[in-house]
Amino acid sequence: MKLQKIVEALDLMVATKNADLGAEVSGGYASDLLSNVMGQAKTDMLWITMQGHQNIAAVAALLGLSAVIVAGGSHVEKDALEKAERNSVVILTTDLPAYEVIGRIYALGVKNEI
Amino acid sequence: MNETNKMKLTYDVVSGDFDRAGEASSAIKRLLQRLGIPADIIRRIAIGTYEAEMNVIIHAGGGVVMAEISPESTIIVVTDKGPGIPDIEQAKQEGWSTAPDYIRQMGFGAGMGLPNMIKCSDRIDIASEVNEGTKITMEFKHADKV
Repeated sequence: MKLQKIVEALDLMVATKNADLGAEVSGGYASDLLSNVMGQAKTDMLWITMQGHQNIAAVAALLGLSAVIVAGGSHVEKDALEKAERNSVVILTTDLPAYEVIGRIYALGVKNEI
Repeated sequence: MNETNKMKLTYDVVSGDFDRAGEASSAIKRLLQRLGIPADIIRRIAIGTYEAEMNVIIHAGGGVVMAEISPESTIIVVTDKGPGIPDIEQAKQEGWSTAPDYIRQMGFGAGMGLPNMIKCSDRIDIASEVNEGTKITMEFKHADKV
């Protein structure tokens, strides 16, 4: 599923400038522990988190994630957005709690192969 | 393998510098992509290097990430002059961490860094002296073992 469709369905805010929403989303991962994400999330996955500091951009860039969704109205720091933009990482935000975000994306049919 | 087939790069890692955290790993990843190394191997190298780089930023007074790339493998050597690891076997245990609270609030310090490095690499060597520093060597083969 294209990232654009998920952004529209959940009415997500696109926080990074010049974001390319044409990426194909292969699945998702949810965690606020960065090393857990590093070890478990796969390329082209969405990452749902409450972390809003710049290391989310580094992790997403290194793993080649399709986007980071910062949920629950959690604040995204300015330097996180700048780092994301430099590395072509898409950061999306929403006031919806993480549980709700994940449930709605799952209901759209985005599931992981387990 | 002769020396001319090897590329050696070094990157300085500054203590507490979260602004540049992950830059050494990113630079190595980009280079490996240009060299046409398979994506799943690059992914493992990026994860292992990032974890080691973050450990230097969080725990040590800065350090150096060195990458030695040959056609067959990438060797990552991360050295620091930090506090050292008193008990390496304990540090390898998932969940063991000495990170301070403010680091944990950022989502680090869950005790998964060393386990990730061990899982990602084909070989890892951890040498550490208390009050002297730590040297981590990870080898990543560019082709799966036959």
